[in-house]
Amino acid sequence: MASSGHNGDNHGAGSFPADPMHQFEIKRLIDIDIGGLDISFTNSSLFMFIAVAIISLTTIFSVRKNSIVPNRLQSIVEMSYEFVADMVRQNVGSQGKNYFPFIFTIFMFVLFLNMLGMIPYGFTVTSHIAVTFAMAMLIFIGVTIIGFLKHGLGFFGFFVPKGVPIFMLPLLVIIEVISYFTRPISLSVRLFANMMAGHTMLKVFSGFVILMGFLGGWLPLAVMVAFTGLEILIAFLQAYVFAILTCIYLNDALHMH
Amino acid sequence: MEPEAAKLIGAGIACIALAGAGIGIGTIFGNYLAGALRNPSAAQSQFPNLLLGFALAEATGLFGLVVALILLFVL
Repeated sequence: MASSGHNGDNHGAGSFPADPMHQFEIKRLIDIDIGGLDISFTNSSLFMFIAVAIISLTTIFSVRKNSIVPNRLQSIVEMSYEFVADMVRQNVGSQGKNYFPFIFTIFMFVLFLNMLGMIPYGFTVTSHIAVTFAMAMLIFIGVTIIGFLKHGLGFFGFFVPKGVPIFMLPLLVIIEVISYFTRPISLSVRLFANMMAGHTMLKVFSGFVILMGFLGGWLPLAVMVAFTGLEILIAFLQAYVFAILTCIYLNDALHMH
Repeated sequence: MEPEAAKLIGAGIACIALAGAGIGIGTIFGNYLAGALRNPSAAQSQFPNLLLGFALAEATGLFGLVVALILLFVL
């Protein structure tokens, strides 16, 4: 975000107590520079590491002592496994079993990044288009490769809708191609925009709490509590939508309509 | 017109997209509720589709918000 230097200029935001864009600023924690390539360890990378560490540690330690009647940690992991397995089974079918680990990884990673952002002083990694677009592009390219491996050049038939009059076909093929190539954009912008808009809104309302003082500030505070609950719901929902759209794209590549 | 003023007006206009998102979310939840009251036994199986539709409708509104934020902070 290019907003860090905008504090004092003529946006009128200078008098507002909380700069809503400040929370998205990326700070370098450890400077690493290899041949002009800036790969510094930032707070973004730190939170990605935390998410991966939490996911791996809970999944590894919870199933170390398996019991038929699961304890709490084991049952959380089993529930999340079942949840994603159901999602893959319903949307991709039996062939989707091979791709379950990937979908599970995507879902848990996005979910934990979103949830870590909800912790005060946390950093929301998914509120940066660079991160979400990289993930969406990875999914898009991977799914396209799967489609071509599965169907060969017949995968181009995906862009030709069935049962339409022949004179409509050129137009529809163009529309299908465009809609296929906007998939990574819509997938990434959906996650990024939801996360950024939600956190900006929370910050703006926290500014209202300060502005309205001790007497009037309780009303925006109550609204903020409600919005925080909504944001936690959204954080889960966006991870779910991200994973389910990956399933749908995968299903398109495997079964072609 | 000053470019700064045009930018602010454009950002405001871009936020009209949120009206469409509001209509969409209202339609989805309203129709889900109507369908669920008619056939409560089928309601649970359609809940994931409800969430998916909600997220898709909300996202289109947020695209407009992103345009507004780009106008304000990036351009």
